[in-house]
Amino acid sequence: MKELSLNILDVAENSVKAGAELTQIIIDETDEALVLKIIDNGCGMSEDVVRSVIDPFYTTRTTRKVGLGVPLLKLAAEQTGGSFSINSKSSAEYPIEHGTKVEARFCKNHIDFTPLGDVISSITTLIQGHPDTDFLFSHTLSGKVCAELDTREIRKALDGVPLCEYEVIKWIEEYLKEQYAENK
Amino acid sequence: MKSLAELQAIKDKMKDKVVLREGTNDIRVVVGMATCGIAAGARPVLNALVESVNELGLSNKVTVSQTGCIGICQFEPVVEVFEAGKEKVTYVKMTAEKAKQVAESHLQGGKVLTEYTLSEGEL
Repeated sequence: MKELSLNILDVAENSVKAGAELTQIIIDETDEALVLKIIDNGCGMSEDVVRSVIDPFYTTRTTRKVGLGVPLLKLAAEQTGGSFSINSKSSAEYPIEHGTKVEARFCKNHIDFTPLGDVISSITTLIQGHPDTDFLFSHTLSGKVCAELDTREIRKALDGVPLCEYEVIKWIEEYLKEQYAENK
Repeated sequence: MKSLAELQAIKDKMKDKVVLREGTNDIRVVVGMATCGIAAGARPVLNALVESVNELGLSNKVTVSQTGCIGICQFEPVVEVFEAGKEKVTYVKMTAEKAKQVAESHLQGGKVLTEYTLSEGEL
């Protein structure tokens, strides 16, 4: 992947496919590190499945026998001297509080650090493709908020208008752009 | 500065349109957005399609949606066009620029851009 934001788009898709009502995408940066968390309340996975998703030859897909999304994110983090973890509670074992948390830590000053890239585009793409599920996005730099978005608030304000409507997607894009420009 | 209050205006504007639009979309455009598609550049292709469909005023006729792996990863980014009563058209190795052309020629004008489609011999 050329940009970290593409890994975010890719791995967040797994959360939506796991039936998550809410997927949180949290980026916390300092001068040295970037920590990415993708947290969902989807169906989760058993311990065995968690162990196998980091294996490129594991996938739930039936068209091919390889799944590269999680391994690519893991590689992107580890090649910077960072770390990667994935924790999950399956709905079978935890009927009330289930879901998956993926955490990747990157060392930003390492030569193999992939730039974050157009994260706004990844967020709007996720919302356009999955207008009926909610996303919470937060990006901080040294503890200060650069941009944040909660589709639950947007959904409430729109009162039935689908989030994938062009005007809504454009508004979200501008809304995030403005926040980044102001908090630079 | 943008505020959530602006969404109220969008809501008021869209409410009638959305009701009107339901059920009228007869062309479905699907972009492969699995790992293979995303890595090959599907995100700008999808955005270009969404943008063009709106600019050309085709939102009543065309829906753009996302799907997982279509199974021909070596040809990604892949865009499929489904139209009632017609055979599926598969565009391969797409770019944002090609997507704009497809929107104008195919989605608006009804003319398939065969230079970007997958021919049987290639499979």
